[in-house]
Amino acid sequence: MPQAASSEVAAAVADAHRREWAFVLAATLRVAGDIDTAEEAVQDAYASALSTWGPRGIPKNPGAWLTVTARRRALDLHRRVATAQRALPMLLTPEESRDEPGRDSEDIPDDRLRLIFTCCHPALAMDAQVALTLRLLCGLSTAEVARAFLLPEATMAARITRAKKKIAAAHIPYRVPAASELRERLDGVLSVVYLVYTTGHTAPSGADLMRRDLAERGLELARMLRTLLPADRDVAGLLALVVLTDARRDARLDDHRELVLMENQDRSKWDRPAIGEGVALLREALNARPPGRFALMAAIAAVHDESESWSGTDWQEILGLYDLLMETWPSPVIQLNRAIALGFAVGPAEGLAELDALGSEPQLARYPYLAAARADFLTRLGRSGEARVAFEEALILTDNETERRYLRTRLDELAG
Amino acid sequence: MSKYLVLIFQDGAAKQSEGEAMSAPYQEFQQRRGASLLGGAALQPPSTATSIRRDGAGGFSVTDGPFAESKETLGGYYLIEAGDLDEALEIAKEVPAGIGVEVRPVRMVS
Repeated sequence: MPQAASSEVAAAVADAHRREWAFVLAATLRVAGDIDTAEEAVQDAYASALSTWGPRGIPKNPGAWLTVTARRRALDLHRRVATAQRALPMLLTPEESRDEPGRDSEDIPDDRLRLIFTCCHPALAMDAQVALTLRLLCGLSTAEVARAFLLPEATMAARITRAKKKIAAAHIPYRVPAASELRERLDGVLSVVYLVYTTGHTAPSGADLMRRDLAERGLELARMLRTLLPADRDVAGLLALVVLTDARRDARLDDHRELVLMENQDRSKWDRPAIGEGVALLREALNARPPGRFALMAAIAAVHDESESWSGTDWQEILGLYDLLMETWPSPVIQLNRAIALGFAVGPAEGLAELDALGSEPQLARYPYLAAARADFLTRLGRSGEARVAFEEALILTDNETERRYLRTRLDELAG
Repeated sequence: MSKYLVLIFQDGAAKQSEGEAMSAPYQEFQQRRGASLLGGAALQPPSTATSIRRDGAGGFSVTDGPFAESKETLGGYYLIEAGDLDEALEIAKEVPAGIGVEVRPVRMVS
């Protein structure tokens, strides 16, 4: 291999970090036996790539090079610490060294799916599942995961440590679930990936409407699942939903970085190739009978994406899709969105009546979009006094600064 | 293989009769999962419990009642053996418990 310049090496290592981290870690975990040893070995492998790829040249298959290096390192680390001295039991029995692949081995098994199912095990708290997924599958540092959720690093470190301890102590398996459990467990995995995406798409708090880095990680995770389970319709449904939602990203903020609702978005800014990809995925996902919830949500996103204007939106179609969602996956949030669709399909008074019926729903008591939707329909009905109260309520419940500015503008317009 | 304690919770108001034979669902469960069961017992109601707390000065304070008062009470337990948590949860789901069960890995002490 020819020598490589240091800038080239740094770029190659950064690229391999983004693309190969999950593969390398998942393959290393098999020989390391526990997560901490595997992470240490993989970090060492990336560090050694930085120092050796210059003089020796960048390998043809960086992922395989990193995996082989990390696995060797894991075995070294493992030999150094006798099993009896370990503070924690092993996640799995480490493989014997006979399984150690050769340098140019192409037959390293892809263990990423196992890693996903371990990170998203229902015996772990949801916030821990999300943190572990970002850390172990996306390769984010604890500080980066903490920043993504605007939490102190110490809080996130404690959360991750606690989850790793539970995985080891309770023997949460490093395995793809049996066929009988797969649907239910996969739904949990898809929920985690969707949560990562939505947290980035509309940040629950902070100055920015979106946290693109997190949204992109969600999109990458959805694509990874699609690669690993290409025939699965629920996976196709989730990827369709994420791609179709993400296609509108550039139209959601104006030149002054202020929020633009879909009604007023410049649709020429929507990502047409992404919409094409999403619609093709959606067709595949809708082949399932009955269609899954992500496919139904993706179908709603597709109706918007394919509509030429807000006024031309097929609200009856959207309403029908929400009805289908309510049949199989009823939730107060779906009911809220259905009420909004009803408001546009039939009339604001009808939508408002449905929204008012949700007022006593405990799950929506602190949900800002209920108050915001009521405020919008009340404005359309000319009931400004009540609209003002609703906007003020939405402002109290909203922590995202961009959304707050938007609500304040609407409130000021009422006064005028 | 790992060991897990399956704690069986039931509604505190549920009647427990003295000397009553084990219910059919429990008999079936024990037959089906016998190979994984290392031990277990049904407990007398919490009203019969006695709690002993260390008083911090080398002595004890003995009180009537369970350690923690709650609506759900501990009604019994099984000690089981399973390959991993997934297998343990699968077994635990079959326990015909009134409210549900808590699965706790047993700490290995060397």
